[in-house]
Amino acid sequence: MSKNGEKLFIKGNEAIARGAIAAGLKCYFGYPITPQNDIPEYMSAALPAVGGEFVQAESEVAAANMLIGAAACGVRSMTSSSSPGISLKQEAISYLAGSQLPTVIVNMNRGGPGLGDIGPSQGDYFQAVKGGGHGDYRVLVLAPGTCQEAYDLVIKAFDLAFKYRNPVMILGDAILGQMKEPVSPWTPEKIDENEGHDWRLCGAKGRKGRILKSLFLSEGSLAAHHEHLQNKYADMAEFTQQEEYQIDDAELVVVAYGSIGRIVKSTIKKLRNNGHKVGLFRPITLYPFPSGDLKKLAEQGKKFLTIEHNLGQMVEDVRLSIRTITDSDFFGFLPGNLPTPDDFEEPILKSLGGK
Amino acid sequence: MSEQEILAFDKADALVDIPTHYCPGCQHGVTQRLAGELLSEMGLTENTLLITAIGCSVFLYNYLNVDSVEAPHGRAPAVATGAKRARPDKFVLSYQGDGDLASIGMAEIMHCANRGENISIIFVNNTVYGMTGGQMAPTTMVGQKTTTSPAGRNASKEGMPIRMAEIIGQLGGTAFSARVALNNVKNIRKAKKAMKKAFEVQQKELGFGFIELLATCPTNWRMTPIKANERIEEELIPYFPLGVFKDLTVETEG
Ligand SMILES: Cc1ncc(C[n+]2csc(CCOP(=O)(O)OP(=O)(O)O)c2C)c(N)n1
Ligand code: SF4
Repeated sequence: MSKNGEKLFIKGNEAIARGAIAAGLKCYFGYPITPQNDIPEYMSAALPAVGGEFVQAESEVAAANMLIGAAACGVRSMTSSSSPGISLKQEAISYLAGSQLPTVIVNMNRGGPGLGDIGPSQGDYFQAVKGGGHGDYRVLVLAPGTCQEAYDLVIKAFDLAFKYRNPVMILGDAILGQMKEPVSPWTPEKIDENEGHDWRLCGAKGRKGRILKSLFLSEGSLAAHHEHLQNKYADMAEFTQQEEYQIDDAELVVVAYGSIGRIVKSTIKKLRNNGHKVGLFRPITLYPFPSGDLKKLAEQGKKFLTIEHNLGQMVEDVRLSIRTITDSDFFGFLPGNLPTPDDFEEPILKSLGGK
Repeated sequence: MSEQEILAFDKADALVDIPTHYCPGCQHGVTQRLAGELLSEMGLTENTLLITAIGCSVFLYNYLNVDSVEAPHGRAPAVATGAKRARPDKFVLSYQGDGDLASIGMAEIMHCANRGENISIIFVNNTVYGMTGGQMAPTTMVGQKTTTSPAGRNASKEGMPIRMAEIIGQLGGTAFSARVALNNVKNIRKAKKAMKKAFEVQQKELGFGFIELLATCPTNWRMTPIKANERIEEELIPYFPLGVFKDLTVETEG
């Protein structure tokens, strides 16, 4: 395990893999797809070396279903993939959520729809935060913007998964996965080996058999299950996280997440140097969405611009958050192109100038 | 119990004492009874993780007093893989129908067997999708009428019925693969013996254990239970031969 004070120069993908192992990962199941292959590749050597299990599954479908088995045993389990692969995992994700099984799923978002391209995109936002599988359910979604944050958030993801007995998704993209940055690795002081001891499958010794399921056929039983889930999702809503940059005196708040949030930050630094009053609100939890804090900013009279690397998805959540007070402009950088800070200057200045 | 009474037959501890939901004459019940008896006799009840599949057997977790988790349609072998990798010390058992295992779940069963996962899979072949109302399955016999093959299965359009026990027997990771039938008492006894072998190869960590059971679905076959048993003998066994297609215990012990 990593030594204190050590600095690594690694890709975002590797940061995720290392963070997961530091968090006590026991089982990883995956299937190759660009741009996340560094994760299964790293896992295939590193996880067995610490006594864990690595399986290259026959498909994303199988990998996600292997999670059901491992998560049902109460061990820390994970899969990673990219957009088309995540679509295939959705059936299992719905079952994981329905059966309340904790696990971590990484999506290094690439361009879509269909085969799209292997470059970065934020086109899977709806799929991630609205539940891409069938039925009413929610998955906690965390969106790192740097390699260090990717490392830190994976560790947090496991804690949240077990706290809420729910799948947690790390939503990154090809930029985060492929760029190299210095990362300070750390290991959580205590990982509770007995997580899930009151529900996990371990053999019905001296008690009745436990059943982990999502089938509720008798009249009213599915409704009761949904009520329970709804309460759980309401509890989750209390926990939100974001980065706020230069926001106090800002006239315009730019809302952007992940790699794009980070690129926008560079634009904002430059515009600030030129005296423009702009700030950045970068949601780190995409579900639950930091609606309350956005609303407070709206109440202070700020204007909003949402920037995404897609045709407009998160902007709907921004608008829902502030709808009783104001609206948000939107600038969508088209997937298939790689943005630089310069690309965002004009749309920000336009919004700042107002209509 | 009075002095004259001798307890000749008792309920196995793995079996929960409640009525099952199966149609009269359905042999899911027989299979589950055999599985429950074996878990009890082999002392596995408290160490078992059961993966239940989609189909008429989904409520198996209500009838066996073991820890269980539900798998999506066809994916039980993948779920079982995850469970076994997480807890290699546990006895992992899965139970699937023919639509579940040989159609939607074909990839999962093949690769699970090929990896040689130390798990046991009970495969109930009743040549039809039971739960959804009797549609054609990959194991439906040529000429068999179902709700989606109203003129009878046509081999030139719909292919031949798939023989899973033979296919699984060909895979490198398989330790045991056999086909048995539940149409009479003699065959039910043989079925239990074969199931025991499939369980034992897991205990010995020899690899994948597979047992295919030819079973009736009187409801969707539109037959009485007795006629359905006769169909197994006359129609199914000639096409789905009974026997052992792979048994590593013979090689290792021999
Ligand atoms: C993804 C998906 N597709 C279809 C179904 C509907 N379905 C439920 S049971 C079943 C057939 C099961 O047939 P079989 O495996 O032969 O079991 P039997 O009911 O005959 O025991 C199907 C298709 C489903 N639950 N999930
Ligand atoms: S429909 Fe067929 S398989 Fe299902 S319970 Fe009835 S007889 Fe058994």
